[in-house]
Order: sequence, then structure tokens, then C-alpha cells
Amino acid sequence: MKPLVVRVALSAAVATLLCILALPMVSLLVRLSPGELLHQLTQPVVLTALGLSLETSIATTVLVILLGLPVAYLLATKEFTGKRVLQTLVEIPIVLPPTVAGVGLLLAFGRAGLAGGALKALGIELPFTTLAVVVAQVFVATPFFISAATAGLAGIERRYTEAAATLGATPGYGFFRVLLPLALPSVLAGSAMAWARALGEFGATITFAGNLPGRTQTMPLAVYTALQNDLSAAVALSVLLVILSFTILLGLRFAPWGAAVGGAPARPRGR
Amino acid sequence: MWLVLALLLQQPKHLSVYAAASLSDAFNEIADSLERRDPELKIDFNFAGSQVLVLQLGQGAAADVFASADDRLMKVAQDSGLIEGTPQTFARNRLVVIVPKGNPARIGKLQDLARTGVKLVLAADAVPAGHYAREAIFRLARSAGYPPDYSRRVLANVVSYEENVRSVASKVQLGEADAGFVYISDVTPAVGRQVRRFDLPDTANVMASYPIALVRHARNTEAAKTFIDFVLSPSGQAVLTKNGFLPGR
Repeated sequence: MKPLVVRVALSAAVATLLCILALPMVSLLVRLSPGELLHQLTQPVVLTALGLSLETSIATTVLVILLGLPVAYLLATKEFTGKRVLQTLVEIPIVLPPTVAGVGLLLAFGRAGLAGGALKALGIELPFTTLAVVVAQVFVATPFFISAATAGLAGIERRYTEAAATLGATPGYGFFRVLLPLALPSVLAGSAMAWARALGEFGATITFAGNLPGRTQTMPLAVYTALQNDLSAAVALSVLLVILSFTILLGLRFAPWGAAVGGAPARPRGR
Repeated sequence: MWLVLALLLQQPKHLSVYAAASLSDAFNEIADSLERRDPELKIDFNFAGSQVLVLQLGQGAAADVFASADDRLMKVAQDSGLIEGTPQTFARNRLVVIVPKGNPARIGKLQDLARTGVKLVLAADAVPAGHYAREAIFRLARSAGYPPDYSRRVLANVVSYEENVRSVASKVQLGEADAGFVYISDVTPAVGRQVRRFDLPDTANVMASYPIALVRHARNTEAAKTFIDFVLSPSGQAVLTKNGFLPGR
């Protein structure tokens, strides 16, 4: 039996934190009547922003997996000079204010940016395009995927791939048929986190890609724009975003592979 | 913990000024001279689009002074019971078009803004500067020497509606946008080195007037009044003029 004071302190901490985290969500949810919510959510500007958000965040997630998986594999299985630096570099976007990311992206990939000339030679002008939205989302979402995938891959014991190799499996076969299936829960969890982060991206997007309905105005930008003259529309959009994000993260918990979420290394089932 | 919070919230000599983004340079300068006169005084600014400020005031933000970039939003604040006393006009401003020094879209005159492919950046319609810019474009479309579909074509060239007028200036300054509508006061010396300016004809220009007022339930009424008086005084007006504003009256 814990002393009373400890229990009181624990409950107070939990209650305070729950208030800070949950009350804003609840306040958004109860602000509008269901009828008004439905009315707001069927406005063209909302549907356009929703479509663009889904389109860009899914493209981002695919890109993040394609580009992030090799990096995660490297970080999880190999030792090399500069590994710590690479690790830190990959994690920086988590702590960087997204607006700073946006300025950096402009100075790098803007048409007057460092790589602007090279991109122009390829016929690409990034700022103010939907592609720029995806680039901004990739920048902020990648670390979430890489850290989960790296942890998952690193948690798989070497002997499984080594056994596969002694049985004549090529490294590629070993990765795709042995290592990846074993680490799949973490890889999927990382993908879902990256997707949710991409869906919520605001600062880097508005700085790098601008704000134009149908082209670069994703849901968070539409919320901000609506907030300036139409509170109800902004709340409706926010409700939609909260529900979407909550569903993604909750799905993660209840997925068949959801047990691995939260850091426990994946263990192979059966033999 | 509550004590720390209370101390943070209860700084007697802290003055909180909510001001339109376009005022940032001029007001920072004004704050410098006021703080030099009274070392105890500490002026905190919240610079944003005026429409954002009204929203924040409406949600109970702890502000002492509100300076808006247009009368319309000051009126909104007054009608919502957020303002004490009568607002006073302390500055006026007019719009200009800026293009990056390199002029990538080769804009030579305002008519060129209607050319296909020009990347134009405006402030969002809810932002005073964006509201005025649209008005100016419509007025240009009705002027001699402009095609009748001028406004439609110019607005089709908009690649971004920015959240405040300073973001418009920086997109042009960085060379990412081909042109933008900003206030003449946004073309600060630093910005001016990197952009070229086109003045709008007087017939098309919209005169923005900036009202300032005491916020109802201000925590630091005395310092707020000092600030407002200084802004309206000849020395305050001189700072504003130096920063490209036109006098308030």
C-alpha cells in the first residue's frame, strides 16, 4: 500500500496533465452542434483542403518509407564513422521550429536558393507548388519514421539473418524476407507516426509552399486562414483534424501488430 | 508553482502592446526611446495581422494597447466591447508593388502583373493589407490603360495568400515571388536594397489609416496612456514618418 501522499500526488499529476491534453480536444468537439459541424464540413474549401491534405500526407508517407528505410537499416545494423552525426542530423527536425525548417527549405530549394539553379535546370520550381508541400512534410515527418524503424530493426537478433545467410539467402532476401517481416510492427508504427505528423504540418508548409486553396492550402493552413474571419469553419476543420489524428494513433494501438508500439522490440512468433 | 505564475502575470511595469505586423519597426524604435526614458518600463509587443490580434483580444488576451492597420478591425474590436475610450488615428499608409531586384518576371509596369505565369503574392483577404490590395487591383482594372479583365488575370496569378503583410515582403525579398503588394512602410532600408518598387497611381491607391486605443480592462493603464500619447506626439510621429508612414492627420 502506497502512502496516501504519494497516491494523492500521483492522481493530481495525472489529472492536471489530462486536463491540459484532453480539455482542448473536448472543447473543440463540443463547440459546434452536429448539424452545424456537418454543414461546415461540406463547404468546398474544407473538402478541397481535406483532399489536398490526404493526397500530400499519403505521398509523404510513401516517400518517407522509401527513403527512410535504407537509412534506418544502415543505422540499425552497421557501424561506421559519422554514424552519430547522421543520427543527430536525422533527428533535428523533431526539435526544430517548423518555421525555421520552412526558411531553410526556401534558402535551399527556393528558386533563389542554393539548389535552386540545379532544380531549375531540371525544369523544377518548388516554392508555391503542391510538391513543395510534400517536401516540407517529408522534412518534418521523416525522423518519426526513422527512429521507430531503426529501433525495430536494431531489436531483431542477428542470428535470424545469419541463419538465413548460412542457408544460402542473399542479403536482399535476408532483408526483405527475414529482417523486415520481423521488424514490420515498428516500421508500420513509424509510418503511421510520420503520416500523422505530415497531416498536422503547418509552419514549414506555409513558409515554404505558401497558402493557396487547392494547391498548397492543407487542413492546418485552412484552419489558420479560417480562424481569421470565420471561427466556426476553423473549429469544424479542427474537429476533423483531431478525429483523423486520433483515429490514426488509436488504430496504431489496436492494430494486430500494435503490441510492439511503445518501444518493446518485436519478437518473432512461432518458428 | 502558482507563485511563479502569479509573478509572471503581475509585472506592474510591463506594458503589453498588440500591434499590426506592419508597425514592427516603427514601434520597436518607439519602445526603445520610451524604455530609455523610464528604465523601469518594459514594453512587450505582439505583432501579427490585425485580424489575428482582434481574435486574440476577443479570447481575453492580456493586452494594454491595440494598434490596428485599419479602421474596420478597430471597429470590430470596439463593437465586441474590447476597447476603452475612442481610438485615435496615428498614422496612414499606402500600398506599393515590389519585385525582387533581379526582377525575374521582368515587370516593367503594373499592367505586366496580368501576364500569365507571374507569381504574385498577396496578404490574405482577412488581413488589412490583403483587403486593400484587392481593392487597389479592382480600381486599377477600372482605370484607363488597363484591360477590363485585368483584375481576373492578376488574381489568377496569385500563388499564395500570406498570413501577414511582412510575409509578403519576405517572399519577394527572398526572390521566390515575382511581385507582391505591401505597404510603402514595409519597404524598409533593408528590404529596399533587395527589391524594386512600383508606386500605384493615386486614383487606384487605398489609404490605410492606423487607429490606436486603450484596451478595456488593461492591467497597466498608466503606461498604456504614456505609450499612446508618445505615438501621437511630434517625436512619435517623427519615428513613424522616418519608417515610411504618413502622418495621422
